[in-house]
Amino acid sequence: MQKLTFKGGIHPNDSKSATNQIPIRELAPPDTLYFPMQQHIGAPLSSLVSVGDTVKMGQKIADSDAYMSVPLHASVSGTVKDIGLYLYPTGLKMPTIVIENDGKDTPEEPLNTKTLEELAPKELVGLVREAGIVGMGGAGFPTHVKLSPPPEKKITYIIVNGAECEPYLTSDHRVMLEQPEDVIFGLRAVMKIFSLNEAYIGIEENKPDAISAISSAAEKAKGIHVLTLAKKYPQGAEKQLIRAVTGREVPSGGLPMDVGCVVINVDTAVEISRAVRLGLPLMRRVVTVAGGAVKHPANFRVRIGTPFRYVIEQAGGFTEEPKKIVMGGPMMGISGYSLDVPVVKGTSGILAFTESEVSIRSTSNCIRCGKCVEVCPMNLIPAMLSAHSIRKNLEQCEKYHLMDCIECGSCSYTCPAQRHLVQSIRWGKQQLQIKRAKERARGNKNG
Amino acid sequence: MADQLLVVSSSPHIRSKETTSVIMRDVLIALVPALLCGVVYFGFRALFLVAVTVLSCVGFEFLWQKITKKPVTISDGTAVVTGVLLAMNVPVTAPWWMMVVGSFVAIIIAKQLFGGTGHNFVNPALAGRAFLLASWPVLMTRWVLPFTTGFTVAPDLVSSATPLAILKGTAEGEFPSLLDMFLGNIGGCMGETSALALLLGGIYLVIRKVISPRIPLCFIGTVAVLTFLFSSGDLSAFDSMLYNLLGGGLFLGAIFMATDYVTSPMTAKGQVIMGIGCGVITFIIRKFGGYPEGVSYAILLMNIATPLIDKYCRPKTFGTVAKGGGKNAEK
Repeated sequence: MQKLTFKGGIHPNDSKSATNQIPIRELAPPDTLYFPMQQHIGAPLSSLVSVGDTVKMGQKIADSDAYMSVPLHASVSGTVKDIGLYLYPTGLKMPTIVIENDGKDTPEEPLNTKTLEELAPKELVGLVREAGIVGMGGAGFPTHVKLSPPPEKKITYIIVNGAECEPYLTSDHRVMLEQPEDVIFGLRAVMKIFSLNEAYIGIEENKPDAISAISSAAEKAKGIHVLTLAKKYPQGAEKQLIRAVTGREVPSGGLPMDVGCVVINVDTAVEISRAVRLGLPLMRRVVTVAGGAVKHPANFRVRIGTPFRYVIEQAGGFTEEPKKIVMGGPMMGISGYSLDVPVVKGTSGILAFTESEVSIRSTSNCIRCGKCVEVCPMNLIPAMLSAHSIRKNLEQCEKYHLMDCIECGSCSYTCPAQRHLVQSIRWGKQQLQIKRAKERARGNKNG
Repeated sequence: MADQLLVVSSSPHIRSKETTSVIMRDVLIALVPALLCGVVYFGFRALFLVAVTVLSCVGFEFLWQKITKKPVTISDGTAVVTGVLLAMNVPVTAPWWMMVVGSFVAIIIAKQLFGGTGHNFVNPALAGRAFLLASWPVLMTRWVLPFTTGFTVAPDLVSSATPLAILKGTAEGEFPSLLDMFLGNIGGCMGETSALALLLGGIYLVIRKVISPRIPLCFIGTVAVLTFLFSSGDLSAFDSMLYNLLGGGLFLGAIFMATDYVTSPMTAKGQVIMGIGCGVITFIIRKFGGYPEGVSYAILLMNIATPLIDKYCRPKTFGTVAKGGGKNAEK
């Protein structure tokens, strides 16, 4: 089979063997769950419940009128214990609804009772929003926004992202293996929204069992093509995946819809399927718990709102003191300083690393080896961008296309001088955004 | 668990094991065949000079960093590589004190005064060599044939004839056989004579992905084409090309010096320009200059041009030109 890929990228050890052969385990919900009110990119939500209220499982507990937002649902039934500021996995505090679990899982009325055939495309998009579905890969982009591009953007490609190129993470892998029908059903729903008869699923070559499981599930539904992607990081980055599958390049500063593409994650497809078939909102997700410090690495199906600490305990706790806790994968995940944060919609993994796994080495001078240039999947010159960012040389940064950086971390990974390339570039991007916002404000005043 | 603080830092949380010192170790491994040839052909004096130069380079770097109260970075291996390369670029007859002076120029003047590792604008070893050549031109060109030296050099064995000098007509002598030139069984600098040994090192570096073959191939290729087209002396075009390729420091320079990360362009396009530029300048110096050898000065000149090359050779950023283009765009 032809292996598709993109230019650049790195080949880190995928470290997936600890969990990729173990079936997903259903995790019983804990006594107390935490629901931060902004688990998506966009507007924060306001609470629809008050302290003392009883809630049902699947009940909408927070929402917003803003278009760029999705509602939040209780993942258990029980009582609202508190609404206040609690720690979020990114290290900031966020307004959070705390629910005490009554252990009964009393269900809310289903969101949908129609079949996929009965649902009109508009209704489907509405259902996706009502179900609180966001991109499950980690960024948390509201899926209904992706599914409703402006009319002038004609969508010709629907791509399911089954690359899972981040080392350690195997949650998408296990989902494709165990629920291939759900993935295909969710994809068919998206195909219906765009009235397309064809769609693509891209899976990295290191998951042959997932490729065959999805392929045989896809045989029944016509027009779904399963593509084998080369094993290379960041194969699952949206722009790189589109390049590999379609040969198109998302224009600088543009979105996938600009080249007629919509990309959804495997788990997102499963959630769309659950919303259509069972009328259930997003209340759970598969989380890979791995890393050298975890006693029994595993994939858990976890209720949204479950604290990390509880999840780690269910994996047997730690074998040794972890040096770093990461939410997400090791390349783009966020490190945190506490286990007292909840699993949110974007938590694809909880990784506990030992000191030897996370290299904490000192930085030395750039030797201009050019390895960052060779691996950059966006064809940038990371060493130059980093140097200009550190000097706050924003004009040069713009000239070298700073804003096109996707922050995949390939440059930092590969840098022999251990320089913090992505970190400085990220900082530079923030500075540039601040500068542009100021210029816009000044322009508005003068105009 | 609660007792120990967790490390919080920006992603990525894993890094490649290939550090600067690992790269420098690979360069040293790649230099071993040529170094062995030097010792076999020119005796233990070669080893002694290499040792003196490496110790001086590392020593000067250590002293400078101690005196200026900077972190000591001699463990990154860059000074060791500079020392080995500088020693390989002098004849075995060179006095040991000259190597100390050369090391001083390389490490202190060319490297540390400009900010240390990564900030020098010319290759330190070549800067050292150029300084020595300008200061002691006679001591730097006292060649001997292989297997004639022990620890000391008998003065009557010294000659100024190298194949390139004969080719240029500045020295009298017989051309050695091409096989001897390929194996390195000729007079010349300690590390430059054996094309075979240098080639082995180069292949190792390419396989280990330490260097890309772009600069060496473009450099050697350009010299080959130009010396074939404009042959010198009474030789046939083909022989002229081969003597030019195998004589002098072309292989040493193209594989180990022009590929120096710090002083060569970072982008693929820039590296091609660097290679071709080095080749053209080498040819011009050898053909029209007053000096039979041109590799070092060619590299030094291109070192200086590197920032300019980097400025104009930027890769096409993903998604900037072919908007929505690509092989399936018509769909």
